[in-house]
Amino acid sequence: MARSIKKGPYVEDKLVKKVEAMGVSRKVIKTWSRRSMIIPEFIGHTFAVHNGRKFMPVFVSENMVGHKLGEFAPTRTFKSHPGGKN
Amino acid sequence: MPRIVGVDIPKDKKILTALTYIYGVGFNASQEILKIANIDVDVRAKELTDEEVGRINNIISEQFKVEGDLRREVTANIKRLMSIGCYRGLRHRRGLPARGQRTKTNARTRKGPRRMVVGKKKK
Repeated sequence: MARSIKKGPYVEDKLVKKVEAMGVSRKVIKTWSRRSMIIPEFIGHTFAVHNGRKFMPVFVSENMVGHKLGEFAPTRTFKSHPGGKN
Repeated sequence: MPRIVGVDIPKDKKILTALTYIYGVGFNASQEILKIANIDVDVRAKELTDEEVGRINNIISEQFKVEGDLRREVTANIKRLMSIGCYRGLRHRRGLPARGQRTKTNARTRKGPRRMVVGKKKK
């Protein structure tokens, strides 16, 4: 079920503060908060989103707004099955 | 044979059902359209007068997104997902289900016909 509109988007408070503190300077923000929604204020910033093992760099662009940070840092590494004649 | 928004020509069926042959019009939309147009849902499609067909046409083209436009919107949405590199986009790229379904078995709609795995013998 989708989140109630009344509550507004969920964003970790810490993350918002970090973004605001950053202002114009564009440094990478490390975060574990994969569940945070990307809000318009995040556009142009780069986040390092934890995927359980390491931090994946995510540069936020305009049409990513409304998605969650975690959607951009895959947690699984499946490449392909071995073998198979080509 | 009435033509409603472009090429769709359902004929002997009740108009309620006939309208659902349009891409983007299901039962609910069909009911809504007929309610606005003030047309009985039980009339056959061929029995409609030209004026009634015109009314339906107007309502659909003004208030509903159907056929080509709708198809284009859907592909545009998928393109967007793929271009921003989010999880759903990646799943679309690989032709796997995008909504968290299991893929250990099933998921045949997305994955297509089974590919035989050779060289797996029972001992």
